[in-house]
Amino acid sequence: MSKWTVVGRVEDIPPLGARVVRTPTLDIAVFRAVGDRIFALEDRCPHRGGPLSQGIVHGGRVTCPLHDWCIELAAGEAVAPDQGSVRTFPVRITDGQIELDLDRVTLRAGAA
Amino acid sequence: MKKERLVVIGNGMAGMRTVEELLQVAPDLYDITVFGAEPYGNYNRILLSPVLAGEKTLDEIMLNDLAWYTDHGIELIAGRKVVGIDRRAHTVIDDKGAATPYDRLLIATGSDPVLLPLPGKDLPGVVTFRDLADVDAMVRACEDFTKAVVIGGGLLGLEAANGLLKRGMAVTVVHLVDTLMERQLDPHAGRMLQQSLEARGLRFALPAQTEAILGDDRVRGVRLKDGREIEADLVVMAVGIRPNIALARSGGLHCERGIVVGDTLQTFDPRIYAVGECVQHRGQVYGLVAPLFDQAKVCANHLALLGYAIYRGSLISTKLKVTGIDLFSAGAFQGGDGAEDIVFRDETRGVYKKLVLHDNRLTGAVLYGDTVDGSWYFRLMRDGTDVAALRETLVFGQSYLGDPGHGGASASALADDAEICGCNGVAKGTIVKAITTNKLFTLDEVRAHTKASSSCGSCTGLVEQIIASTLGGEYTKTPSEKPLCPCTDHTHAETRQTIVAQKLKTIADVMAFMEWRTPNGCQKCRPALNYYLLCAWPGEYVDDSQSRFINERAHANIQKDGTYSVIPRMWGGITNPKELRAIADVADKFRIPTVKVTGGQRIDLLGVRKEDLPAVWRDLNAAGLVSGHAYGKALRTVKTCVGSEWCRFGTQDSTAMGIALEKMTWGSWTPHKVKMAVSGCPRNCAEATIKDFGVVAVESGWELHVGGNGGVKVRTTELLCKVATPEEVMEYCGAFLQLYREEARYLERTAPWLERVGLAYVRAHVVEDAKERKALHARFLFSQSFSQTDPWGERAAEIPVRSEYAPLKVVGV
Repeated sequence: MSKWTVVGRVEDIPPLGARVVRTPTLDIAVFRAVGDRIFALEDRCPHRGGPLSQGIVHGGRVTCPLHDWCIELAAGEAVAPDQGSVRTFPVRITDGQIELDLDRVTLRAGAA
Repeated sequence: MKKERLVVIGNGMAGMRTVEELLQVAPDLYDITVFGAEPYGNYNRILLSPVLAGEKTLDEIMLNDLAWYTDHGIELIAGRKVVGIDRRAHTVIDDKGAATPYDRLLIATGSDPVLLPLPGKDLPGVVTFRDLADVDAMVRACEDFTKAVVIGGGLLGLEAANGLLKRGMAVTVVHLVDTLMERQLDPHAGRMLQQSLEARGLRFALPAQTEAILGDDRVRGVRLKDGREIEADLVVMAVGIRPNIALARSGGLHCERGIVVGDTLQTFDPRIYAVGECVQHRGQVYGLVAPLFDQAKVCANHLALLGYAIYRGSLISTKLKVTGIDLFSAGAFQGGDGAEDIVFRDETRGVYKKLVLHDNRLTGAVLYGDTVDGSWYFRLMRDGTDVAALRETLVFGQSYLGDPGHGGASASALADDAEICGCNGVAKGTIVKAITTNKLFTLDEVRAHTKASSSCGSCTGLVEQIIASTLGGEYTKTPSEKPLCPCTDHTHAETRQTIVAQKLKTIADVMAFMEWRTPNGCQKCRPALNYYLLCAWPGEYVDDSQSRFINERAHANIQKDGTYSVIPRMWGGITNPKELRAIADVADKFRIPTVKVTGGQRIDLLGVRKEDLPAVWRDLNAAGLVSGHAYGKALRTVKTCVGSEWCRFGTQDSTAMGIALEKMTWGSWTPHKVKMAVSGCPRNCAEATIKDFGVVAVESGWELHVGGNGGVKVRTTELLCKVATPEEVMEYCGAFLQLYREEARYLERTAPWLERVGLAYVRAHVVEDAKERKALHARFLFSQSFSQTDPWGERAAEIPVRSEYAPLKVVGV
């Protein structure tokens, strides 16, 4: 099985917005930043677990809707002085299709 | 690519602050070389007084040690002096004859103490008070000698005198005029200060002029013009400072009192910049630290080739750093034409306060003995706040305004574990530690590091006090105007004016025209711009949902676990069995865990999953329920009592009035949330006097109240006026809301807005000028003609087109 999983098309995500890919173990926020750059991060702020997919996307960052933490989309790192990081997932675009590398995600329900 | 070379002359606070600001915005732009006359790293000159007084050590006042320079790749040439600038060859020449090339040059040579041309001024034992070497000389003199004279009774002279006194010297201060610190204090405060310093053991000769310094191989005293002689083994000259411009002048740069710079801190040679006390800007020379921080920020912006920051001069305040004496002065305290004084004087407690007002604006303040409110007064001055409404209690300070959360608390009196910021749970000790370990200077920095005062902002005053007391008083940098956000230097008002004047109709246009420094703004400016455009161009501007906070984007309130809450509108708080059944059915069908009655007389469904929102709305819509906008910076609810229809005290039909108001105003977007209420009699069961717009019915008509708030800081409304008919209530309400919509800053509730502009201003536009009221009301109705579409209905109808509520994909099941 190929390690790349197709999750949708670039235009399925609003510009400067995000959509969620749901897996049995975690939610992944897929962002469409400026210039149609696509990023995939676990949908969980390192601060108090807020859904990053619901934040405002600006530059290469997203601001968590709960307490305004700023997260770098590429690195998954919180912007200083806040400290913390969130899992990121490799993304590639093939003919406008977004593909995620979900190798490290447990895709079977019940398996922990 | 080879980096450009930046040479900095002067290793003091101004030069290094500029370099620090520069490194923050453009860390790799330059190879930086710093020339410093003193053989140390960079220290906080403001805190020399506590070092002299033995209250702080040298280590405690170091800002950047030598390692900092190495870490940042900066070449520090300490202890060598620059003696010439060759502007044609772009080099500086040092005292060893070596030439160092520059692409850009920053002059921060500071100032020199003024040495009076008195006979005997060169005798051993005569010193100035300017740098660490001076402090050293004074400290050594204190070990061997017993008597000192300080010439100059200004800020610096008194701090020097106090330090020497603490080290056991007998000190006499000689001052030319009869008021100490006459540039900061009026005669009354000056006399109180003198008395309290005399009580500590200082002696004064004033008014008195020094004629000669006496002595042969060492100073032994001074002689005054009136013939008196005062014995002294040490004479400190602290009569003022003079910008150090010799180097700049020899390099052919235009100088007057200081090196003349424009609003970009550029000298007349565009490659050469200058900051700090050596600079003259718009005719003004500064000798305090706050202006230097403002200048550093602007200068760094231009050195970083960003090129948009503008320095417009600084409003300054002064505090005397003598332990146990509280003194604060800001602005013009002398009054003059059209000025009014408010004076508070309590000799026994040693408290004196003088406030100077012009046209209901605070323009000057002198505080002695009780300076807790210094930063509050300073903020009122900076913002140009209309203080007419506060006038009666203004002199008693901010705590007298009624701030139940933090009333009367003084930061210095609090224990380290006292909670300062209730929103983010930050204790005083945490803030103090962050300030000292991370060397923070500004409120914004403290907010960023500790989160204190970054949520509701009600503890801002306390945090400012903590910064001031931790850093020695001068560090509360309060910028003269607040930019909208870090993406721009433009203020809210400038941005709004430009949008209208330039007919800018998209966020991208505003950012391009106003030279935003980020590609697409941030979470602060985008929602503000979206609102300003929406307000300026009703029916024309296309709302940018990605520039709205999630609640307004999703038309529901996000909760801590990522679920949402849904509140349907109930006009005037009236509902019926059909609506209640629909709500009950929805709660069952979507397994909504919590159903709660809100403070605004509505029903809240909590814990709805995002993908269920459109279906929940569809079901609610079917029963005639629409969005309650409980999630928006918008009209929230109109709370009512039952009024004359049921209540035996009711004077008018307050419920019908509330419903009519809600039908007129629902769906309007506003700078912040707007809450209204209508009470049927002065018993005020609908609590109309803590609402943004409150109506209280009386026998003869309706009282209209504005600017109330029941939140963080409770504020009761002010009476706008009384009207006779329901039609008038509607017109005044629409006009008031439109004025607020068009003029308040984004995220400014009506209460702070009203405090800022003053009730008189609002009355002039809404009450006294009928033509303008009607125009405002008409503009409100015009805007409403585009905004009264139920957002829930729109979205529910578009399932499954509205895919953003559903996951993009579900994998692995």
